[in-house]
Amino acid sequence: MSWMVLLERVEKTYAKGNGRVTALAPIDLAVRAGEFVAVAGPSGSGKTTCLLIGGGLLRPDSGRVRVDGQDLYAMTRNQLAVFRSQTIGFVFQQYHLIPYLTVLENILAPEAAHGRADNRERGRALAEHFGLDHRLEHTPGELSAGEKQRTALARALLFKPKVVLADEITGNLDHENAQIVLHYLKEYAKTGGSVLLVTHDGDIASQADRVQHLAGPGESEAAW
Amino acid sequence: MTIWQLVIKEILRRKPNFVSGLAAVTFSVAVLTGSLTILRLHDLRTEQIVAAKEQETRQRMTVLEDDYRKIMKNLGFNLLILPKDQTLSDFYADELVSAYMPDSYATRLAAAKIVTIRHLLPSLQEKVKWPERKRTIILIGTRGEVPSMFRDAREPILVAVPKGQAVIGHELAESLGLKVGDRITLFGRQFTVNQCNEERGSKDDISIWIDLSQAQEILRRPGRINAILALKCLCAGNELALVRRDVAAVLPGVQVIEEGSKVLTRAEARDRAAKEAAEAMSAEVRNRRQLREEQEQFSSILVPLVLLMSAVWIGLVFYANVRERRSEIGILRALGARSSRILSLFLAKALVMGFVGALAGYALGILVGAIREAEVTFSLLEPRVFLLASCTAIVLSLAASWVPAYYAAQQDPAEVLREE
Repeated sequence: MSWMVLLERVEKTYAKGNGRVTALAPIDLAVRAGEFVAVAGPSGSGKTTCLLIGGGLLRPDSGRVRVDGQDLYAMTRNQLAVFRSQTIGFVFQQYHLIPYLTVLENILAPEAAHGRADNRERGRALAEHFGLDHRLEHTPGELSAGEKQRTALARALLFKPKVVLADEITGNLDHENAQIVLHYLKEYAKTGGSVLLVTHDGDIASQADRVQHLAGPGESEAAW
Repeated sequence: MTIWQLVIKEILRRKPNFVSGLAAVTFSVAVLTGSLTILRLHDLRTEQIVAAKEQETRQRMTVLEDDYRKIMKNLGFNLLILPKDQTLSDFYADELVSAYMPDSYATRLAAAKIVTIRHLLPSLQEKVKWPERKRTIILIGTRGEVPSMFRDAREPILVAVPKGQAVIGHELAESLGLKVGDRITLFGRQFTVNQCNEERGSKDDISIWIDLSQAQEILRRPGRINAILALKCLCAGNELALVRRDVAAVLPGVQVIEEGSKVLTRAEARDRAAKEAAEAMSAEVRNRRQLREEQEQFSSILVPLVLLMSAVWIGLVFYANVRERRSEIGILRALGARSSRILSLFLAKALVMGFVGALAGYALGILVGAIREAEVTFSLLEPRVFLLASCTAIVLSLAASWVPAYYAAQQDPAEVLREE
């Protein structure tokens, strides 16, 4: 079986005082192409750490991380940056939209990161798909929380990544908007994309194809 | 969406941040351009002062030289060209003539292209006893000035005496009761008094001037003269040697003697005036140069100080900008931006700041000069200064923003995204 995302015995700790604190207890995690997997766990269980490691943004202390068959941490920083821009899309709870850009420009922001500038039509199509076509010239400050998250999702999908990593993306949304965003993620998974959603909300997690639970700090001495 | 679009959008969104950095660049460039402009103004003013002084001196010297030329002319001939064998002691003491030369010598001199002498007057003169009146006189035969072959004709100092006529010196005319129109007998020949001279206080007062050929007959010196009177040209200054060299080249068998200390005194006075004018001018130039050095010294302290302060300020402005954009940096990194791209995002902004600051600062610096001296504004627009201002502004912005930009590029995106 080919795994799109594969974390094998991945662990992360941080130095604190004279000792070390466990941010992520050793974990095995795998997501297939076209699969929507939720990682659920209480606050401090290492969900975000797990997602950042899986996205090539945080080097683990041990274990191996493979995405689309590539060993992420065997790459150089620049190779990893290029790989990330082509393969992985990120969506965060806090949206991380660039405040001085319009909705369309935010969707096109990966172009600035990557140095490509030929996706305007794709950006418009995504905006339309996510119900943002009437908001194209608006800045994030003028959007509702749901619109912001949909803009962030559209941005993540600009370069048609194989993997979307979503960190508590329904955390700031009401039930209706949360369901809309989840709908888009499911839809994306159905088209062959891999989705890894981390959430503390059991109801949200239950809508995924599969849920992997992380133990809380008290249960596994994890401090994150 | 390109980096430049991102930069421009960010600048327009966060105007206060950009403007505060821009103000520092503009101020630095304005101080630099202003300093150079003030120095340039100083140089232009110096050039104007020197030019005006030179013109004034030239005018004064022209007037002085013209006066000098007229004075020399009024004082009469000041050069005496005598045969080489003429003993000067005899000549000075007793007007005793001991040597003669052909009267064609004057024509040869006039034909030669000598610029150091003019107004050539061949003469034959001898101290003789006037038999009819029992008086010692100096008989002077002259045929008027020989015109130069290559120069424009000038008004003669002494006009020719027509044949059969005589010009009488003051003392002779007074003592003998002679007046214009009287008939006199001189060595058995009849002459009509043509002119009685005013008193000159010299041997001229006991002289009689007649036509050269008649004098040659009376003195039995046909075709001979014993002196050529001439006027030394202004161009020769005090250099009698120059005249002697020129004359000797044409007439090797003569000697040249300068007469008239008044003329020399005048020439010396003229030279002294010229020297004083030149000294006054060089003193003025010296003062201006010293003033320029002082201004340069002041600028050499002020400009680096302002540049340093501006660099610190720009660095702080960029650091604040980096702090404000942590989330943006984090997400761009997550989206695949390399650290060099983050670096270029801030350096591109610095470049825009430098370029706009260069234009604004240069304009401001020139304005300082224009306010001081409006009439030279266009002379202050120097491409060299603009180039220097532009380079300074851009280097200042890039250098000052480098550390914050590098700091931004090195930020760990995981840390930033987790913080949020």
